[in-house]
Amino acid sequence: MPDVAKDRSMQLQKEMIGRHFDKLARAREQGRKVVYTFVPGNLTELLLSFDVLPVLPEINALQSGMRGTSGRYIMEAEKAGHSEDVCTYVKCDIGMLRSGNIGPTGQPLPLPDLLLLSYTGCYTFMKWFELLREAYDCPTVFFHVPYQGQGVMTPQHREYMVRQLREQVIPALERVSGRRYDEDRLRALLRQSRQAEDDLVAVFEAAKGVPSPLDAYFGGVYYVGPIFSAFRGSQEAAEYYRALREEVEDRAARGLGPVTPEGPLNDQRYRLVVEGPPNWTHFREFWKMFYDEKAVVVASTYTKVGGTYDGGFRHDPDDPLGTLADYCAGCYTNLSLPNRVEMIARYLHDYKADGFLINSVKSCNSFSAGQLMILREVERRTGVPGAFIESDLVDPRYFSAANIKNRLESYFQMIDARGAGRSQ
Amino acid sequence: MSTAVAKVPCVVGVDLGSTTSKAVVLDDEGRVLGRGITNSRSSYDRAVELARVEAFVSARFQVLRRNVAHAAGTEALARLLAAFRTEQYLVQLGQLRVALDREVACRVRAEAKEAVSGAVAYTVGRMCEEEEKRFEEPSPEERSDFFRDAANSAYSRIAEEVAAQRGLSFDLLLGLFDKCIIQVENAPLELGFVQHIDAALARCGAGPELREGVEAAVATEFVVRSTVGTGYGRARLPFPKEQIRSEILCHGLGAHAMFPATRTVLDIGGQDTKAIQVDEKGIVTSFQMNDRCAAGCGRYLGYIADEMNLGLHELGPLAEKGRRPVKINSTCTVFAGAELRERLSLGDKREDILAGLHRAIMLRAMSLLARSGGIQNEFTFTGGVARNRAAVRALRELVEEHYGARTINISPESIFTGALGAALFAKRMVAS
Repeated sequence: MPDVAKDRSMQLQKEMIGRHFDKLARAREQGRKVVYTFVPGNLTELLLSFDVLPVLPEINALQSGMRGTSGRYIMEAEKAGHSEDVCTYVKCDIGMLRSGNIGPTGQPLPLPDLLLLSYTGCYTFMKWFELLREAYDCPTVFFHVPYQGQGVMTPQHREYMVRQLREQVIPALERVSGRRYDEDRLRALLRQSRQAEDDLVAVFEAAKGVPSPLDAYFGGVYYVGPIFSAFRGSQEAAEYYRALREEVEDRAARGLGPVTPEGPLNDQRYRLVVEGPPNWTHFREFWKMFYDEKAVVVASTYTKVGGTYDGGFRHDPDDPLGTLADYCAGCYTNLSLPNRVEMIARYLHDYKADGFLINSVKSCNSFSAGQLMILREVERRTGVPGAFIESDLVDPRYFSAANIKNRLESYFQMIDARGAGRSQ
Repeated sequence: MSTAVAKVPCVVGVDLGSTTSKAVVLDDEGRVLGRGITNSRSSYDRAVELARVEAFVSARFQVLRRNVAHAAGTEALARLLAAFRTEQYLVQLGQLRVALDREVACRVRAEAKEAVSGAVAYTVGRMCEEEEKRFEEPSPEERSDFFRDAANSAYSRIAEEVAAQRGLSFDLLLGLFDKCIIQVENAPLELGFVQHIDAALARCGAGPELREGVEAAVATEFVVRSTVGTGYGRARLPFPKEQIRSEILCHGLGAHAMFPATRTVLDIGGQDTKAIQVDEKGIVTSFQMNDRCAAGCGRYLGYIADEMNLGLHELGPLAEKGRRPVKINSTCTVFAGAELRERLSLGDKREDILAGLHRAIMLRAMSLLARSGGIQNEFTFTGGVARNRAAVRALRELVEEHYGARTINISPESIFTGALGAALFAKRMVAS
């Protein structure tokens, strides 16, 4: 296997994450408080304003998947009675907990002082934290984000969320951290979020260029790492996104494609939009199936699960709690099927894509329910053919490489044949 | 008499399926010259070679047919073809005998060697005699196209009888066959037209018109201008990437060539079920395939046939006799096997259980068809399972129930659809 080629930004990110896990490993001895929370609807700036350390179980699970330990953790959870059909993020997390809570970097993870459950459309999140509450016996705070069934958030929705933040979430954080809520500090953090968000959007929009200087799925999931997890609002995140933007803009200016594990993909034959999370256990193998065919992903919905910024939303330091509410409501997991269709159709048009692919995840009903209807509706509206494959998040048993490869190859050939047909 | 060498430009499509490998040869005008099929066995390389040999044998018969059908009559031609098949079969039996002798010599205990050797010789001898007789029968019983299956069925029957008569272990005799049949399948066999046509001519006592035609067919040189491969084993083919096509595209194009008004294609192969929508040019517009699990595909039927101790080709005819189909699990092959045994023990009739199993397969297919966008106008059913009449009947019923009246096309050559599509892609490559 050749050496993996890496962008400079990836190195920066690796260092950030390393530092964060070091902090977590030393949290107890340094008296730092720890809050477990989820990616969609994360309130990172608020947590950082209380100086508590966020832990994101989904990120731990996906990292375990990438590092090859998730299979063992899932079996461990199944031994404890969690069925085969349960979300594999949950089982991976429970298995990790039962195996001594050693995090993905090999360092121990601290126990939570608080479970902050932001509910943004995924019902499993509730069940997950019920299990963790049982295991850790710690306080839990529930922040309910109304589902965007009608496609818009009403003033009442917003007021309802702000009231929860004031009356439930902030008091819980005050109790855990022993600090008073400091709105000025929150504003300062939100200001830094805004800058990072501007840079992130510039990065993703660079994929409108031909060739695309980035892969908005396989690279994109790395790019959103800091802003979706423990770093949004931090100085280091702002610096990371500035560096990333410069890197991507530089590649765009030189007409270069993204850097894959086997080198740059400058010659791009297919431009795709992808819906759904990636498979993490065979991430490299999965990616290879794309770049071997010279396929680049120009936009993806999964990179919007922890926040949707390309529609214009930015965190607003002048309305700190209202803006957090707006942010949560707009996360991709909280969007209705018509909104998701709208987003994919828009991406196909704006990013001049040749096709779109749905990776349907076996154990994630939150994502996969309705995906076939999305497929048909997007095809109907845009006339662009879609492809449908199935895999899983972190259960290595559900990745059938030969099947997926067969399907992807067929799909790419179908795009070719249709293209040839049109030009006849 | 000297025969001028006729050069026939052609293209070839090969489809390396999980169960069978197929090849189709097309002439310059896109007409089918020949088709060949063999079981895929453990070696795709051998399978594709044999399928090609078979396709060219059939292409030479096609040349023969075009040249002399009028003069010699179609009956004489059919008889020559049957004689040719008999010669091929006898050659393979000869190979089987050699392999069996070798196996007996090195594996059977010294004291039993003679008895086992005699039993094997007798069994294969009887198989040869039966084959000779079969040729003489006006309408011989249907049997599998594959040497493995046909020989297995005859060998088991005779060996069982011999074992009982001579006090030998039937399992031992069967075990020897299982070991040797793989060797025969994987050994290079000369099964081509040139090797056996003379013996076939002698066997059927062909007249001079036919002999002349044969000489011309032997002298015909097929000039392969392009080959395209598809199917699960396509990565094994020593072709550049542009000569490899996905079987989804090939089935779409193949079905369109057979039935140009087709808009929906259902292909049920060994391990895949594919629901495909095509446009008016045969280009695929969307498709869905089974995921994670291959219950309901051809292999499901293979497993059930084994469970019931039947040949795969016997399943459909038996199921067709079913009057009250039993409901059977369609989501797990192994569970279906368990249900089948349970049903048998409860006294359900074999044909009713089999009718239920065929319906179960089609229920899975209906769900994929729905996912791909349903059944539009004309609908074509392809793949090995389309040869099974009970499966076709179940499909017709379900399509009618769910979509109302639809034209359902099934070609007798449906198993070659993928290879035909591949050959058409090869033809396009030549054209461009």
